[in-house]
Amino acid sequence: MDIPYVVHPRPDTGLYNAKLGIWLFLASEVMLFGALFSSYILLRIGAPAGTWPHGLLNIPIGTVNTLVLITSSITVVLAWASLKLNQFDRFKKFQAATLILALMFVGIKSFEYHDKFTHYEVVMMDGNVADGHLVEKTDEHVTLKHVQVFPLGEGNAWDHQGEHKEELRIERSQIKKMENYGPWHNTYLAIYFTLTALHALHVIGGAIVIGYLWGPGSKMWKTDPERFTNRIEVSGLFWHFVDLVWIFLFPVLYLL
Amino acid sequence: MSLKAFHIVFITASTLLSFGFGVWAIREYFMGGNEVVNLVMGGLSTGAGVLLIVYGRYFLKKLRSIGYL
Repeated sequence: MDIPYVVHPRPDTGLYNAKLGIWLFLASEVMLFGALFSSYILLRIGAPAGTWPHGLLNIPIGTVNTLVLITSSITVVLAWASLKLNQFDRFKKFQAATLILALMFVGIKSFEYHDKFTHYEVVMMDGNVADGHLVEKTDEHVTLKHVQVFPLGEGNAWDHQGEHKEELRIERSQIKKMENYGPWHNTYLAIYFTLTALHALHVIGGAIVIGYLWGPGSKMWKTDPERFTNRIEVSGLFWHFVDLVWIFLFPVLYLL
Repeated sequence: MSLKAFHIVFITASTLLSFGFGVWAIREYFMGGNEVVNLVMGGLSTGAGVLLIVYGRYFLKKLRSIGYL
């Protein structure tokens, strides 16, 4: 017995099975990201005035990543439209572009993460804080570049306060506490890493599905083209959702 | 909702973000120390917003035969 409505829509709902399934899944995703966005808003409005960090992220890099994702949504929809117009070769080209753009996004995000994990705040024995990027870390000393030095409790890195130094070598015996800008550093970075890492996992998951349908999964075009086109539409709906999440994440995390 | 309809929603959101970011960056340029990078980003983002509107019209025209459900 064949499963009904695998290819053609059910007359009363107007949806085929996979489309109904992906929208139910996306509804659960809205709840997941919605809860995290709500957490962000509550943490931010609950923070004492002047303590919420800003300017920690590189806006031009975030802008490039936003453009990359918007372009990938265009290529994914043009790939689906190509199948609707029976142009399989064009589908292959557009989906290849989508995959390259997805890899670019993940690559740029990795660069941003690396920048945060090599950014250190060093509290020194003399009561000063040195904030900069790690050059060298040995058992004897730590060297930072593009450093700001300010008294503990009297400034912060994001307001560009204090004395600026191109490079600073600090002996280990002078270090009281040293911590990088990972998710453990402050509440802002904790929610930033949670939201963006979850989003990046979605990008990677979506790229794996799109990659499968572009490669081995594309054989179905020869045997059941309509069903294959539906699969591309469903993967495209997921991809659009992931991109739409970023459209909200970018201004919230980078600009506000 | 079909991919066509979702794409229209996405392009609308992207267009709003482009114009919004453009305004933000140009405002930063004039209010926050005349950093040229902000002016460049503001100009490019506003241009991207216009391009997205042109693309949206092209997309609607090209996929006229495909439904929204």
